[in-house]
Amino acid sequence: MQLFDPQASGGLIPVLNLDESEVQRQMTICNACRYCEGFCAVFPAMTRRLEFTQADIHYLANLCHNCGACLHACQYAAPHEFDVNIPKAMAKVRLDTYAEYAWPQVMGKLYQRNGLTLALASGGALALFLCLTLMLMGNLFTAIPGGNFYQIFPHNTLALMFGSVFGFAVLALTLGVRRFWRNVSPVAAPLPLKTSAALEATVNVAKLKYLDGGHGEGCNNADDQFTLWRRRFHHLTFYGFMLCFAATGVATLFHYLLKWSAPYPIFSLPVMLGIAGGIGLLIGPAGLLWLNLRRNPEHGDENQKPMDRGFIALLFLVSASGLALLALRETSALGLMLAIHLGLVMAFFLTMPYSKFAHGIFRSAALLKHAIEKRQPNPINAGSD
Amino acid sequence: MIDVLIIGGGNAALCAALMAREAGASVMLLEASPKIWRGGNSQHTRNLRCMHDEPQDVLIDAYPEEEYWQDLLKVTGGLTDEKLARIAIRASSSCRDWMRSHGVHFQPPLSGALHVARTNAFFMGGGKALVNAYFRSAERLGVKVRYNTQVTDIELDEGKFVAAHVGEHEVDGQRFAAERIEARACVLAAGGFESNREWLREAWGQNERGEWPSDNFLIRGTRFNTGILLRRMLDLGADVIGDPTQAHMVAIDARAPLYDGGICTRIDCVSLGVVVNRDGERFYDEGEDFWPKRYAIWGRLVAGQPGQQAYSIIDQQAIGRFMPPVFPGTTANTLQDLARQLKLPEEKFVKTVEDYNSACRVGTFDHTALDDCHTQGLTPAKTHWARPLVKPPFYAYPLKPGVTFTYLGLATDETAAVHFNGKASPNLFVAGEMMAGNVLGKGYTAGIGMAIGTAFGRIAGVQAAASVGFGVSTANTESRHATV
Repeated sequence: MQLFDPQASGGLIPVLNLDESEVQRQMTICNACRYCEGFCAVFPAMTRRLEFTQADIHYLANLCHNCGACLHACQYAAPHEFDVNIPKAMAKVRLDTYAEYAWPQVMGKLYQRNGLTLALASGGALALFLCLTLMLMGNLFTAIPGGNFYQIFPHNTLALMFGSVFGFAVLALTLGVRRFWRNVSPVAAPLPLKTSAALEATVNVAKLKYLDGGHGEGCNNADDQFTLWRRRFHHLTFYGFMLCFAATGVATLFHYLLKWSAPYPIFSLPVMLGIAGGIGLLIGPAGLLWLNLRRNPEHGDENQKPMDRGFIALLFLVSASGLALLALRETSALGLMLAIHLGLVMAFFLTMPYSKFAHGIFRSAALLKHAIEKRQPNPINAGSD
Repeated sequence: MIDVLIIGGGNAALCAALMAREAGASVMLLEASPKIWRGGNSQHTRNLRCMHDEPQDVLIDAYPEEEYWQDLLKVTGGLTDEKLARIAIRASSSCRDWMRSHGVHFQPPLSGALHVARTNAFFMGGGKALVNAYFRSAERLGVKVRYNTQVTDIELDEGKFVAAHVGEHEVDGQRFAAERIEARACVLAAGGFESNREWLREAWGQNERGEWPSDNFLIRGTRFNTGILLRRMLDLGADVIGDPTQAHMVAIDARAPLYDGGICTRIDCVSLGVVVNRDGERFYDEGEDFWPKRYAIWGRLVAGQPGQQAYSIIDQQAIGRFMPPVFPGTTANTLQDLARQLKLPEEKFVKTVEDYNSACRVGTFDHTALDDCHTQGLTPAKTHWARPLVKPPFYAYPLKPGVTFTYLGLATDETAAVHFNGKASPNLFVAGEMMAGNVLGKGYTAGIGMAIGTAFGRIAGVQAAASVGFGVSTANTESRHATV
């Protein structure tokens, strides 16, 4: 059965690829049903449209959190001939958008085999730091009193290496999301509206609002049962990451403003932040991986599992190696641990614009757009009789 | 032996199973469909019509018992049992806390459904989410659930239930022998017969044009409602109620799937344009009332047309003013071209639309109110929203009758007991579509099916449990309701 006629659309609309056409087909069915409106932001956003252009599809795909609720509730899911599976259709387009909006665009190819990308980046960066350590120290097992790793890699060297890679990652992500934003952006809105929208979007990101199922009992994982654990583990991961980031930030301030260089004692602010964040970044990714392995195979796109799991694993290893470095910094394992940790962190930064990391950026942008457009009058006045 | 056997797997069956289990009875539920298709027609539902005397969470204002009753009286044209109707109406005012305690969530009215914001509470995620929640709760409480288990016969002993028979059957290539399942009491909640093509043919017969109208019906509901159990009960002499041609029947897109088309196949632009039959003629007032109050009569109207076909015709002015249809319309820049594409008699069709256009007396068009745009001197008249169809492109949507569920069922009373020759069975009860005809002799109003199913499902469960010694004290039930 043909649900839409590809010949029918006008010539000015960008030609949709197969994944986008599938979202268009399914959204047309959903828009005539609308039962799932209470679950998340995707369906209320859908009802503001009668047709789904490429820009709409890119926006909706990134607004979807792949929570799975609509699939389990769907009267049109397979084996129904309409074969509606919004989480899967959206996931496929979402990956396409990461690749399409990547900067520079040629690097978007790294999403095609993202597990391999992460593995190669990790392997390469590890090898680099192991070799550097060997070159500088002659061996990997030199104890340095006080665990002062700057004796292996001077502060300025590390700051330059990581600063430039991180700076590039931020630039690439910014340019990518800027192009995405321009492509899907709504019409101009007054500043007060944008401000309150930005506030709401920030809260929705910070709370992971759309993993609560719309009723607070959580999203789906293995079956039609709701669970809050995906949200909780994601919180541990996200806030763990932010705490680690804060630890680095505070250390940088200490270094330049207070002229107080690392290593810091255990009970110093940077180390305490790092330990707390590191623990979150161990438990969170471990939990997400555990859930991912039990995830209903119909949720999302099976081909993206390497991207998801690779990213989760890298986060876990970054955290584990960081905590191990802290624990072993007074021993002869310092050199080896430092090389491993720096290698993994470097791999993480290098791949940031070309890994699962990008999902947070694009989703935040989509949530912001949703918060803006929902404050504007609905252009469709359908069936309000 | 099982205390209470529930036959069926939709809303009414699940309500009965949960209530019987809560009363302390051991319960087994037999669902004819595979797990993936479970839930009967309930999987396609979206809301519950609720009586309420003041605003309640997702429900605005009030919808008092009397207004609810009058609405029901109006749509059924008096073909209803007031006592049972009022039981269902009152139950709808207090059942939602119980529903929530079993995991059902409610959401604000869907966009485009504001007309029922006062009267109907929407299930978050729709009926399938409700069915999922009930099955989870049932299994957690220890209800034994069996899928792929079609009951083909009921063993009775002078009106007393003895056992259910499951025929020999095959599931995924695996054969299962015929089986006899005994229980001390039983609730029948296995749906109507809308997916039984032969029975529909028998009921609707042949019309004056020599057509078998039901052959052109599409079924909006589950493919598993073949009425096997209903037919068996009729053969066993259970008291019957209802006319076999009466059903919740709406006009849906003719391109919808044969079964399980559900909500999205409806065409909501009827009141914004004209509807013509295969001969290019109008046949009913498209603007008689708001579409949500009229869609339930259009199924029968279309069933009465040649070939059981019709076309809803609108022009550009209507776009964006109705719920988007699932299939694209046929479009054309001229009426002539539209007629050719639809294979309608061109001259006749163009004349019909032109006659309509010139009869339109346009006042202030407002599709959200019963406006003053109407036709003059036209038969049949269009009494509201009559605007000339002049702005191309023109759109056409093909219509066919779509059956949601049939009303022929078993006669019952306030205890939901199955009756034989006017005498209530001591341990056999009925709920859902198998008895909805007691309340709903004809017509339909949104959310009434779920209201009847929930009320009588719960009653049947309580009565079945009580019939085997698991009485629930009223005080307990009330305190439970007060706390959840």
